[in-house]
Amino acid sequence: MRWESWSQFWDMGGYGLYVWGSMGVTAVFILLEIWQARQAYLSALALARTEVQEPS
Amino acid sequence: MNIFFTLVQRDLRLAMRRKAEVLNSVFFFVVVATLFPLAIGPEPAMLRQIGPGVLWVGALLATMLGLSRMFEGDYRDGSLEHMLLSPHSLGLMVLGKITAHWLLCGVPLVILAPVLGLQFDLSEEALWMLSLSLLLGTPVLSCVGAIGAALTLGVRGGGILISLLVLPLFVPVLVFGAGAVQALESGVGAQAHVSILLAMLLPALFFSPWACSAGLRIALE
Amino acid sequence: MAIRWFYYAAPPTFYALAARLWPWLAMLAAALGVAGLWIGFALAPTDAQQGEGYRIIFVHVPASWMSMVIYLAMAFWSVLGLTFNTRLSGMMTRALAPTGAMFAFLSLWTGALWGKPMWGTWWVWDARLTSELILFFLYLGYMALTSAIDDVRRADRAGALIAIVGAINVPIIYFSVKWWNTLHQGASVSLTRSPSMAQLMLWGMLLMALSFWAYTLAIVCYRVRSLIIERERHTEWVQALPEVSGVKA
Repeated sequence: MRWESWSQFWDMGGYGLYVWGSMGVTAVFILLEIWQARQAYLSALALARTEVQEPS
Repeated sequence: MNIFFTLVQRDLRLAMRRKAEVLNSVFFFVVVATLFPLAIGPEPAMLRQIGPGVLWVGALLATMLGLSRMFEGDYRDGSLEHMLLSPHSLGLMVLGKITAHWLLCGVPLVILAPVLGLQFDLSEEALWMLSLSLLLGTPVLSCVGAIGAALTLGVRGGGILISLLVLPLFVPVLVFGAGAVQALESGVGAQAHVSILLAMLLPALFFSPWACSAGLRIALE
Repeated sequence: MAIRWFYYAAPPTFYALAARLWPWLAMLAAALGVAGLWIGFALAPTDAQQGEGYRIIFVHVPASWMSMVIYLAMAFWSVLGLTFNTRLSGMMTRALAPTGAMFAFLSLWTGALWGKPMWGTWWVWDARLTSELILFFLYLGYMALTSAIDDVRRADRAGALIAIVGAINVPIIYFSVKWWNTLHQGASVSLTRSPSMAQLMLWGMLLMALSFWAYTLAIVCYRVRSLIIERERHTEWVQALPEVSGVKA
């Protein structure tokens, strides 16, 4: 393990803002995308359920 | 080959009936070229530096403005459908329309640019290179822009949408076009730039009518 | 052989395949991601020149790679779609675009955050970053075009054409930006001059890249299902799906 303490880990040798700014934004966008995909799926399902079936 | 010339003549004649539309692009170019010194300051040394870039961007934007007009009129009155159904080569017809667009939009820019270049205190050689680079570059802009125009026929937000589609594709022409003038000014020589502009022009002339035809068929099916 | 491919080109078959695949891909992505981050943050050494700040490359480089790979994939599906006129190709391209755009944006964002401490400015007109910016615009253009056209099939085909034209232009754009960059010596800093890579750094980057790849495949499979349901909702097989009809399989 490279880091002696958690505070050292968050600090990243002074670069903490940049490193965690990058990792954080990446994580946020990935989570947002997953959430958006799920929402799209649910609304597609809802749309499909409203399809009136023509009696064949 | 006849169909090519027919289309060029036809488009030119149609445009002459609506001269105002054609002149719009030209006026836009002049206005944009005037805005930059107003925004940045009149110092000649700096204007000389930014001049080629500003004029090239102005030419690019002016060309973009006129792109939606390329097929829109024919689309609305049904002539485009006739063109698609006719036995003539659609590629040749499209090339005719692109040529007409360039004659109406690009050539005035090529002629005006050196005049506006005087406002930027560009040297005589720079002015010649500016014209040459625009002469080689504006046809590429018309060719590539035509693809965007074909794809966005009748789509809402057409003008801005074309810009978004076509600007990334314009970047190489801009880099080498404006770069040619700067290379000349800095003493490096612009042969490479001019060669590359030519190298972009020839494939554009071949590839674009084909891609445009595909785009038109997609738009009209 | 051709028959097998066309079998999967049919929406119902592809739907079933995507439904089976995405959970595994997601788990793979998570596992690879954890491994990559562990190597990257717990094991990889400090860089001599860039200190701890270089660790941004563990997301920056994979994001850049994915943004380019995804665009190529979009071009591939576009060529397929225009050649064989399959509905699925258009859906795949549309499913890929948002993820590609996201990775392009992340590449730019992380690139800026990397550049600021290293080179002092938030933006460096380096050839790679500038090309990445233009790639981002290409993604936006595709998404704008496909959402502006109402007719779905026309939108798919128009998008396919612009994706192909864009893909052909990407090397030209990259070349011209590289040329432009080397001429204007002011921007002689380069993000491509990466720190001399220790083995562990490379491994971390590779694992993260694979993780992003698996993630992309997972999310595209998931997204394509939604598109298929939406577009094919009038068909019997969609209506018969347990998730739609509510009937347990």
